[in-house]
Amino acid sequence: MFLLKCNKLTLGYNNKDILHSFDYGIHSGEYLCIIGRNGCGKTTFLRGLAGVLRPKSGKIELCDNLRRNQIGYLPQITIAQKDFPASVEEIVLSAFQGKSLLLPFYGKALRKRANECLELTRTENLRKESFRELSGGQKQRVLLARALCAAERLLLLDEPVTGLDPESSQNMYNIIKDLHEYKNMTIVMVTHDIDAARNNSTRILNFNELMQ
Amino acid sequence: MLDKLFFYLDFPFVRYAIIVGTLISLCSSLLGITLVLKRYSYIGDGLSHVAFGALAIAAVLKVTNNMFIILPVTIAVAILLLCGSKDSRSGIQIKGDAAIAMVSAGALAIGYLLMNIFSSSANVAGDVCTTLFGSMSILTLKPTDVYLCVILSAIVLVTFALFYHKIFAITFDENFTRATGVNVNAFNLLIAIIIAAIIVLAMNLVGALLVSALVVFPALSAMRVFKSFFTVTVAAAVISIVCSLTGIIIAILAGTPVGSTIVAADIVAFFICYTTSFIRCRRA
Repeated sequence: MFLLKCNKLTLGYNNKDILHSFDYGIHSGEYLCIIGRNGCGKTTFLRGLAGVLRPKSGKIELCDNLRRNQIGYLPQITIAQKDFPASVEEIVLSAFQGKSLLLPFYGKALRKRANECLELTRTENLRKESFRELSGGQKQRVLLARALCAAERLLLLDEPVTGLDPESSQNMYNIIKDLHEYKNMTIVMVTHDIDAARNNSTRILNFNELMQ
Repeated sequence: MLDKLFFYLDFPFVRYAIIVGTLISLCSSLLGITLVLKRYSYIGDGLSHVAFGALAIAAVLKVTNNMFIILPVTIAVAILLLCGSKDSRSGIQIKGDAAIAMVSAGALAIGYLLMNIFSSSANVAGDVCTTLFGSMSILTLKPTDVYLCVILSAIVLVTFALFYHKIFAITFDENFTRATGVNVNAFNLLIAIIIAAIIVLAMNLVGALLVSALVVFPALSAMRVFKSFFTVTVAAAVISIVCSLTGIIIAILAGTPVGSTIVAADIVAFFICYTTSFIRCRRA
């Protein structure tokens, strides 16, 4: 069953089209890896799916009762975030901002959910720590927890292991795999790590072939 | 010393200066955190130069209240600079950087040019110096200026309090926040307008050239010592108010220029915070 379908989707910036009239479907419960060389539109595609970038034409259809607020997005970390003075808790809770216009305080239910997501990514002991003092792997896991708070059914991950050492990468892959297997989460991951894509995913989408 | 201070506090203009100074420094420090963290510090500087240019235009046109020109012009430029890039992929980067340099130097030059050509007073250099460095203008505030300042700061503070979590989310990760369904563009617009208003207000206090110090210093000092966004926000507000009050009082007692004394106090605070964090790092 399809969870999400792209119909003649065209994405791009200003005058430049990066994806042109693209048809594709993402199945419920799959672990899809997107590979391809730099600049071929993997991140752009993910931004389109996440709703950060509006389609120039065509559309993204949500199927199987999927709602926008059940999709979690893990963007690539920016330089500005690396020394950002914020506690892990503040960052994870910020995922709930889409739920209402005015949210001066976070209620008990939201805090509980945030804690669950931190546990799932094995970062519950970092709750009070400052984000800028975490290691690269811890930072990525915290951002994954934030994406989980916003997501219930679909996770969009943009190069989640970039810049991580082999151990942290493996750790991250294990967490993602657990989410896929035990939490029944549909995963779409952009990666350059072809071995990991082969080992973990249920399907691979190669953007290099697509562009030719 | 204290006698002298209480003697001065009896004058309404001194009380006005203290009220306005506290409010402006509070507002500028709050929004300063967002500007610094989004790597937009220089936009604050550019905007203050634009406000100076607008002030010169207002002087040439001889409008009764120059706020009616300065505020809309500065807000327009702020929206242009802060919300300029449409695709939000990278926000403002290299192009924006050059645009700020262009706008800020251009506005400064045009402003000075206009003031020279259409000068109404004999002492152009003195007038320009006053607007650039604030001089004593804060001690010559009229009650209407004070009311305007109080109303504008109240609006800024209420907006900041209401949207605190949204502002945090957008500052930390614009793209993610957009994906969760928050209307990021609307909030960026709101932030741009508030920042422009604060900069125009702050120009009265420290002058066009020193505004960015008021915006940037408290945030940077607080970020040295504190680790969460909330504590940084509170600390920046406290540091900013303490520095401004100290600056104003010293300026009154010692007869130094108000704007530069406040900034000097901010610099001292920054070094105290810097040393504190340095010592803490050494111990750890």
